[in-house]
Amino acid sequence: MVSLYYVQKFLFELNRDPEFQSRYTADRHASLSGFDLSHEEKRALVEPDIGLLFHLGVNGQILMHFAAFHSIEWQDYLQQMRDGLEDHGPVREGVYAVTGYEGVAAHTSRLGQTENTVGGR
Amino acid sequence: MALVFAGVCSHAPGIVGRAEQAEPAAKKRLYDAFDDLRLQLEASKPDVLIVVAAEHFANFFMNNMPSFAMGMADYYEGPIENPDWLGIERTRIPGNRSLSERLISKVMERSDVSYAEEWKFDHGIMVPLHFLTPNYDLPVIPANINCQGPPLAPLHRAWKFGQALGEAAEAVSERVALIGTGGISHWPATPDSGKINEEWDRQFLDQWSRCDKEAMLSYSDAESYLEAGQGAFEIRTFVAISGATEGKLGTVHFYEPIPIFAVGCTTATVNL
Repeated sequence: MVSLYYVQKFLFELNRDPEFQSRYTADRHASLSGFDLSHEEKRALVEPDIGLLFHLGVNGQILMHFAAFHSIEWQDYLQQMRDGLEDHGPVREGVYAVTGYEGVAAHTSRLGQTENTVGGR
Repeated sequence: MALVFAGVCSHAPGIVGRAEQAEPAAKKRLYDAFDDLRLQLEASKPDVLIVVAAEHFANFFMNNMPSFAMGMADYYEGPIENPDWLGIERTRIPGNRSLSERLISKVMERSDVSYAEEWKFDHGIMVPLHFLTPNYDLPVIPANINCQGPPLAPLHRAWKFGQALGEAAEAVSERVALIGTGGISHWPATPDSGKINEEWDRQFLDQWSRCDKEAMLSYSDAESYLEAGQGAFEIRTFVAISGATEGKLGTVHFYEPIPIFAVGCTTATVNL
């Protein structure tokens, strides 16, 4: 069973509620109670598995806030999404299809903004 | 009275949160542009700033998603994001419940709008406020257009919402400033983050600056998605500002793609 709606609902409530964040931090599994989630989805939310969540179709804005909550550095966040696509395949549903991009570093250089310290791909 | 200020600007979280990763000169050009925008806003001596935003699931979700919503509280809080990640401290932002209620009542005569007596700001409002009201001493009224969870209200309704906002501002005695915040082309929060369609952006901004209603309302989400990414759904905020100031020309003060900020960074004002 896939329940993208409830995966995103869980993340929506977690992202905006410090009290919920405390409960998640204290007991991640217990904080999932009340959400209609598959075993795979629960695992992705608890680990967290950013790549799998992206593959499942979690809206990037919701996922970005979740990654920030976990203090995942920006380039690592982008890489974990890429790894998720590599491991699991294209985004299953939603509006976050991947269209192909040269990467921030190459793009920045092409624009002549050459003195950046970007470490992106 | 008539709007005292109207403009648009970018709100991407990386503008503050990843500031140190940008080329210093590019960052300075953008920050200077934001500073100029702040000075223009301050010179208009506003009593309140309405921020027409495209929030990212800070308050509204697919269990009960309003196409258009406005805040009606005496204070708001933000950011919801990890403050260290966003580079903006969590704080309380003043509102004006009485004025919100009067504006919302007026907007309702022309446009359906939800109201919310509590509202948490995400980067979509906090980044603009960080630059435009850095001391959080100007009352703010948030307004939101759903640009994230389809189905989305079509562009002509964003225009009409803006029209209603403009008329509501005229109906109150306070000096109302209006800013729309959103991206133009961008693929935010995805592996393609940083991708920007500069040609698409410049064409849209040209249409916006000429207040070309027909051209702006001719965009379809399907085409925008293909050419400009899901982030381009946020042009609804720009369209709303044009609706609020119909017939007035705009000036784009700054536009520059800065990939690490994940958007073509923009500041612009309407010549009121």
